[in-house]
Amino acid sequence: MGDTGAAAATSPEEQHPQKAFGWAARDSSGVLSPFPFSRRQGPPYYPMCFADLPLFQLYDSFFRATGDDDVKMKILYCGICHSDLHSIKNEWQNAMYPIVPGHEIVGVVTEVGRNVDNFKVGDNAGVGCMVDSCRTCDSCEQGFENYCSKSVLTYNSIHSDGTVTYGGYSDMMVVNKDFVIRLPHNLPLDKAAPLLCAGITVYSPMKYFGLNEPGKHLGVAGLGGLGHVAVKFGKALGLKVTVISTSPNKKKEAIERLGADAFLVSRDPEQMKAAAGTMDGIIDTVSATHPVAPLLSLLKVQGKMILVGAPEKPLEVPAFCLIGGGKSLAGSNIGGIRDTQEMIDLAGKHNITAEIEIISFDYLNKAMERLAKNDVKYRFVIDVANSSSAA
Amino acid sequence: MGDTGAAAATSPEEQHPQKAFGWAARDSSGVLSPFPFSRRQGPPYYPMCFADLPLFLLYDSFFRATGDDDVKLKILYCGICHSDLHSIKNEWQNTIYPIVPGHEIVGVVTEVGRNVQNFKVGDKVGVGCMVDSCRTCDSCNQGFENYCPKWVLTYNSIHSDGTVTYGGYSDVMVVNKDFVIRFPDNLPMDKGAPLLCAGITVYSPMKYFGLNEPGKHLGVAGLGGLGHVAVKFGKALGLKVTVISTSPNKKKEAIERLGADAFLVSRDPEQMKAAAGTMDGIIDTVSATHPVAPLLSLLKVQGKMILVGAPEKPLEVPAFCLIGGGKSLAGSCIGGIRDTQEMIDLAGKHNITAEIEIISFDYLNKAIERLAKNDVKYRFVIDVANGSGGGVAHC
Ligand SMILES: NC(=O)c1ccc[n+]([C@@H]2O[C@H](COP(=O)([O-])OP(=O)(O)OC[C@H]3O[C@@H](n4cnc5c(N)ncnc54)[C@H](OP(=O)(O)O)[C@@H]3O)[C@@H](O)[C@H]2O)c1
Ligand SMILES: [Zn+2]
Ligand SMILES: [Zn+2]
Ligand SMILES: [Zn+2]
Ligand SMILES: [Zn+2]
Repeated sequence: MGDTGAAAATSPEEQHPQKAFGWAARDSSGVLSPFPFSRRQGPPYYPMCFADLPLFQLYDSFFRATGDDDVKMKILYCGICHSDLHSIKNEWQNAMYPIVPGHEIVGVVTEVGRNVDNFKVGDNAGVGCMVDSCRTCDSCEQGFENYCSKSVLTYNSIHSDGTVTYGGYSDMMVVNKDFVIRLPHNLPLDKAAPLLCAGITVYSPMKYFGLNEPGKHLGVAGLGGLGHVAVKFGKALGLKVTVISTSPNKKKEAIERLGADAFLVSRDPEQMKAAAGTMDGIIDTVSATHPVAPLLSLLKVQGKMILVGAPEKPLEVPAFCLIGGGKSLAGSNIGGIRDTQEMIDLAGKHNITAEIEIISFDYLNKAMERLAKNDVKYRFVIDVANSSSAA
Repeated sequence: MGDTGAAAATSPEEQHPQKAFGWAARDSSGVLSPFPFSRRQGPPYYPMCFADLPLFLLYDSFFRATGDDDVKLKILYCGICHSDLHSIKNEWQNTIYPIVPGHEIVGVVTEVGRNVQNFKVGDKVGVGCMVDSCRTCDSCNQGFENYCPKWVLTYNSIHSDGTVTYGGYSDVMVVNKDFVIRFPDNLPMDKGAPLLCAGITVYSPMKYFGLNEPGKHLGVAGLGGLGHVAVKFGKALGLKVTVISTSPNKKKEAIERLGADAFLVSRDPEQMKAAAGTMDGIIDTVSATHPVAPLLSLLKVQGKMILVGAPEKPLEVPAFCLIGGGKSLAGSCIGGIRDTQEMIDLAGKHNITAEIEIISFDYLNKAIERLAKNDVKYRFVIDVANGSGGGVAHC
């Protein structure tokens, strides 16, 4: 069974010392059910000579179980990203069941390892899509851990110790300190949780494709979890923001509540035509296979459309739609850790949070069903701490 | 019949005062045949008062027929671009027949209008894909006339006077001075002609997508007219250049003659796999519909692939191929006039020219056939001045 080491050979419940409890999907039906598993500890610590240590350190040596560079946290809230749904249904053909999804995680620090000085017990902390990377490649050196070929994702990924990672649909978590995000004090934890994936996923391309300059015209295709956060960041950065949606019933809210300047129904050719050639850039968050040519036509000359939604089937891109106006169709994958911190600090400054519907684990499968039907405004967030006991 | 004005109503031969002769396709068979037509002149010029004018100006007033801002040139050579082929066969569904193709034009100036200061009779000049633009839009203001919504293409386009433009498969041409390129003295005119389209088309994206920094690794997909020029520019700019081709028999030449550093056969999955993630950028010059996912896999993280080839059918792009590595798939359309001048000056400096097979008009249809079969290394160039046979020689 491969060479993922001894750890992988034992059961998820026994491979690590610390007991944990979450909800997992077991197969591509995607149905989630309670799942007892375990989280790592540091190696036992033996001081060279007990006599040399002051008493409190001696105490620490025996009771601090968290690895030297790790932060242990109690999970309070976890957002439900559409990627969770793609993953549990194995739509990307890479699922390792059982999967404990969840990468929009906020919680409170309960213990820190010996080398951790940026977090202390009681701090609020966030974890996004990644929990480790190689730290030496070009991408890591430039702060793009999201493009590190050895990045370890928060769930459905193999950690350097050979075990599979389990995400935030669970009660507690142990994460390397460099992948833990500090949360601004003024943001409510539940509404901030979705920023850890949705926020950085839209913020990073806005930053790197020059769509963060006041006055520019940004299109946001798909008004879902990612999309509605993109609108808020766009407005906070002083852009003109137009939502491009398949759901006419989202118009009022998009404009009145989220602050969008305009709203286009993508299935209305007249509206689309009238807006042709007006946008500097588009963030395409659509999760399903969809025609991109009409979206590209909305771009100004040399405009850029950035895909963050990840539909199963290939997109059909007529070469002309790109060549004629010197346009770009790019992809962007979440964002680096430094940028994630920058994004959430900006969210703190501008009071940007997600619009959420809070649920308990009991409702999880129902929530997934509704998400698949595009029936959520705009993000489900699991109230982990108040419902995980449903074991 | 629309409102393109009176000029369009008269025949191509009579709509303008100056006789011209070229080769045109009449329908989507794409077969080219001799085609007498005409080129514009300036309006007749009446000085307010003859007595005020010195004699030589008076003389000029009557005999200088070229419009005030125009340059008239005798065409010497014209390259055959794959776009010519797409156009004569109406593959882009926008062809106005009869069509006189050709936008890789070099020639010598035979007359200039009164306001033309940058060219004089006898100068070697070039004309590329465009002959006019609006000059006021954002794109024009930034030197990207190639993205002006009102640009006028060298052929198959409607000029502001309402007439259809005719390209360089012809003996004489009249072009607005701002769209005429100065041709470096040291470059041979026949081998330099293809730079007017092929050269700028690959140079512009190299410049604007950061693929002109020494040491970067450039992939060139498709080793044809555009591709082989891309290799030469890449090497002149100090890049590492890898050719990605469907034709293994081009390997030796690509490396030994064109100077490429490496050669990948795109249909060999092993070779492609071994080169995955190694390129900063790719210029994709492939003219036919082709899988782009394998090309995208060659890019490094955050790498960019720029399409300049324009296949008929939509490309299939798996979102993952772009998202995973934060990659871009862009398009680029020729280049601006300032950049065209910069490109050809650079070519002059580094002695960059195209590899050509020179032909006369007699061979034109055969050449087009061979081009369609990918059977040319790497560009046909028409020896216009010596092969316009059947035409009236005049200028
Ligand atoms: N690149 C990355 O790093 C990254 C990170 C996180 C998530 N993702 C991916 O991003 C996508 C969006 O995630 P999300 O959590 O925002 O999902 P979501 O909340 O379900 O939103 C997706 C939106 O797409 C639109 N849509 C759905 N079906 C459509 C269809 N058939 N045609 C056109 N539009 C349709 C809907 O907006 P309207 O009702 O307004 O049309 C919907 O609200 C997912 O594919 C997810 O996996 C990528
Ligand atoms: Zn996500
Ligand atoms: Zn790395
Ligand atoms: Zn051309
Ligand atoms: Zn213009």
